[in-house]
Amino acid sequence: MMDYKIVDGVRYTQKHEWVRPEGETAAVGLSDYAQDKLGEIVFVELPEVGAKVEAGKSSAVIESVKAVADLYAPIDGTVIAVNEELLDQPELINSDPYGGGWVYKVEIKDESQLEALMDKKAYEVFVAEEED
Amino acid sequence: MSEAKKTPFYEKHVALEGKIVDYSGWFLPVQFPQGLVEEVHATRRKATLFDVSHMGEVSVEGKDAEAFLQKIVTNDISGLKDGAIIYSPVCYSDGGVVDDILIYRINAESFCLVVNAANTDKDYDWFLENLSGDVELQNLSPHFAQLALQGPESVAILQQITAEPLSGMKYYHFKKDVAVAGVKCIVSRTGYTGEDGFEVYCSNDEAPSLWDAIWEAGQKHDLSPAGLGARDVLRLEAAMPLYGHELEREITPLQARLDRFVALEKPVSFNGQEALRRQKQEGMNRLLFGLEMLERGVPREGYPVTAGEEEIGWVSSGSYSPTLDKFIAMAFLDPEAVKANEELKVVIRSRTYRARTTKLPFYRREK
Repeated sequence: MMDYKIVDGVRYTQKHEWVRPEGETAAVGLSDYAQDKLGEIVFVELPEVGAKVEAGKSSAVIESVKAVADLYAPIDGTVIAVNEELLDQPELINSDPYGGGWVYKVEIKDESQLEALMDKKAYEVFVAEEED
Repeated sequence: MSEAKKTPFYEKHVALEGKIVDYSGWFLPVQFPQGLVEEVHATRRKATLFDVSHMGEVSVEGKDAEAFLQKIVTNDISGLKDGAIIYSPVCYSDGGVVDDILIYRINAESFCLVVNAANTDKDYDWFLENLSGDVELQNLSPHFAQLALQGPESVAILQQITAEPLSGMKYYHFKKDVAVAGVKCIVSRTGYTGEDGFEVYCSNDEAPSLWDAIWEAGQKHDLSPAGLGARDVLRLEAAMPLYGHELEREITPLQARLDRFVALEKPVSFNGQEALRRQKQEGMNRLLFGLEMLERGVPREGYPVTAGEEEIGWVSSGSYSPTLDKFIAMAFLDPEAVKANEELKVVIRSRTYRARTTKLPFYRREK
């Protein structure tokens, strides 16, 4: 079985997004497992700064050579920053999914939405089950 | 639908950790752990091995075999020599495409057709429907395995395991009953990648040992496996049509710019001849063009293409091209609109992205 990097300090969705709270705001990205499944990422469609995203709804689009994947917002919020480096280097999502590959940041609207998501341990179990 | 079939190389793909998908009823690897982009580079720079056992093979034999083929294919096979191969569309009487195939001439009374996997049964029925004279058809697909060895190192790899002199074999020629590592094969200098290479056919039961022999011979040439994903990107870069995209029931070979494979003046009449002649005369409002994106965005099959506010056609195949590091597409467009507009747009989801037409093929290997 492949070894996927699953880090602490972030929460995970069942669609394999991660969200990292940083005070009032949170960064959002795609998990290592998700980037590996997608393959080499060649294009990212970012949301606009100021856009409202809604938990479970598509908030960005990530494309590999073969596939188009929605990035579903893990939590509600207003986009306050987007990772413009991804426009020229979308492969950052492959090489550094939890770091340089972050996609956007939101202003947190409802803390409780974060707690409903999986922590590292729960996500490890979830990924192991998906792999079976 | 019945369960997809495994090719004789299935275990090899699993052992190499290929990601298996169901493609036209066959379990085949779409890519391997090194990834599609690497597989494309490896094919252009070294060599890769593809399992193409899903392709169908139909033998055509008998005194009237050539006359029968002349009637069903658009190309003129009258000049085809023993041991040579010709590419041709097969058309309905209205010019729409049944399939595009390779015709291997063994001798004047014996041919082998290589057809698309998804079309094998449809083709076979179509051939039967059009059968006349002393011709015997046989669907050999269930008995044949096929490997494609593609890339500049292909000759050096394959030559290690066969006494047949390969470097002298011309493009679109083949030899049958060739011993490759002791396995009886048909070896042809063909492929679907735009690189030099071979397609090797053998019986199912000997297929795994053929794979092993090629694999071993390839080790000092950095041979790697490649999947369907890379194959699709490679053929797009080389602007080779794919049935279901550039060719289909509603598209004629002339619209797909396959004119040189349509012998409109062939002295014997063939299916689609009248309709295609008429179309050639009257002109077409949809023609195949190459597109190159002027800004980042992946043009994909079915996306609309616009000029100004007007929709002028659709993308038939598109992708990121690892070889060119560009986003490219083939698209059916209104030629008048193309002439009148320097800049076009591809509609990707709700936004438009700038594009321009470009010469086909996108990639041509240096010879």
